[in-house]
Amino acid sequence: MPRQAYQLELQNLHDQALLLGSMVDKAVARSMDSLVQRDFALARQVIDEDAAVNQKRYQIEEQAIQLIATQQPMASDLRSIIAILNIVVDLERIGDYAAGIAKITLMHGDKPILKRLIDIPRMADLGRDMLRRALDAFVLLDVDAARAIATEDDVVDALYDQVYRELLTYMIADPAAIDRATWLLWVGHNLERIADRVTNICERIIYKATGELVEINVSTY
Amino acid sequence: MQQPVTRVEPSADDTVSEPPESLALALRTEGLSAWYGSHLAIRDINLNVRPNQVTAMIGPSGCGKSTALRCLNRMHEVIRGARVAGRVLLDEQDIYAPDVDPVRVRQRIGMVFQKPNPFPMMSIYDNVIAGLKLTGESKHAALGERVERCLRAVALWDEVKDKLRQSGASLSGGQQQRLCIARALAVEPEVVLMDEPCSALDPIATYKIEELVDELKERYTIVIVTHNMQQASRVSDYTAFFLAGDDRVGELVEYGPTQRLFTNPQDKRTEDYITGRFG
Repeated sequence: MPRQAYQLELQNLHDQALLLGSMVDKAVARSMDSLVQRDFALARQVIDEDAAVNQKRYQIEEQAIQLIATQQPMASDLRSIIAILNIVVDLERIGDYAAGIAKITLMHGDKPILKRLIDIPRMADLGRDMLRRALDAFVLLDVDAARAIATEDDVVDALYDQVYRELLTYMIADPAAIDRATWLLWVGHNLERIADRVTNICERIIYKATGELVEINVSTY
Repeated sequence: MQQPVTRVEPSADDTVSEPPESLALALRTEGLSAWYGSHLAIRDINLNVRPNQVTAMIGPSGCGKSTALRCLNRMHEVIRGARVAGRVLLDEQDIYAPDVDPVRVRQRIGMVFQKPNPFPMMSIYDNVIAGLKLTGESKHAALGERVERCLRAVALWDEVKDKLRQSGASLSGGQQQRLCIARALAVEPEVVLMDEPCSALDPIATYKIEELVDELKERYTIVIVTHNMQQASRVSDYTAFFLAGDDRVGELVEYGPTQRLFTNPQDKRTEDYITGRFG
């Protein structure tokens, strides 16, 4: 097949985007572990490793720009590269949210977590599952899967709403708990935003496959 | 195996806009086929060329795009043994009707060729008016004005106004090509056909011609054959993709707005060609 070198570069760009997806998925998992297990060393690691996430994003962007400049991609190749340029921004932001959760672990210091964490880890599990399946859909160009994943954002939003209301009651009952309730609220917010970012990724997958730019499932928050 | 033709006509929500009444003035083909002797070169081409737009014809070597272009102004038939079937309609009048004068057709549908070809024994001035002499225009003042207007239209006037009596061959390649375009414009065509007009030019001259094409479409309808896909995507409003099948007969595979064809082609053959996956 002609343009072998170009095809290999294109495939490499895809692979790098998937690698970034894997990096941020791991970051989310480790940040939640750091919070649940009160593991400050792990939290610091997640924060430090966010620099690598950012670097990977910029490397992928640079690679994509070089491909555009030197190979003049057209049609599905062009859509693919443009989709990747957008997806890596969302992935990098997911990495930031993970680092934010790790920072909240550190902010607790020796203060106990306000309450037993049930809904917040559930939000994290749902968001990570959405992300992993979105990355599969990216590889398989599965438009139906991308649309379905995006609708699951509603479940995460509903959980966040529940977390928010519950934490409000804690704050009202005990003003001394406001700081710890707020920290958990921020964790919930970050996890809710992660699911939103996955929805964005699904929109780009649909664009890559069909050429259509559509907004799926506008978030409640 | 014969593959179906994908005809993607621009829909109502396409971004290219034009006054609906101008559709009646479009150049279009109906069932256009052409032969070189017994060899069928192109088959059943149905192409709509929209007025005051640039239509690019792209495709690999041997796909019939230049043959199709030459059929649009009855240049194909000047080749010995060549013939055409089907219709080519300009202003909804078939240019191949028995009572039609092909010379008059070529005045209304001008042509610019790949290699700049100013008449070497003529001055720049005489090159521009060469076509006018054929049509019988003889008033000197009108000729002078026409020459200036056409040379200005191709952004050549300032470069040659002080040497109009010099030979056309004394110009650079890019200037010669612009002179040929001026020559085509002098007879006041409605459509200008360009067969790979920049193939023999350097990149700067190429960009100047492309800029010129963009300006010319204000007043003319342009059809351009090019093997340079990036050029097609830069200059054209609509693109027609031609391809010869296993039987080596060229067909129109896909036609549509350039923006859409180059970002989201409907036919896999078009996708494979423009992404370079052919072969």
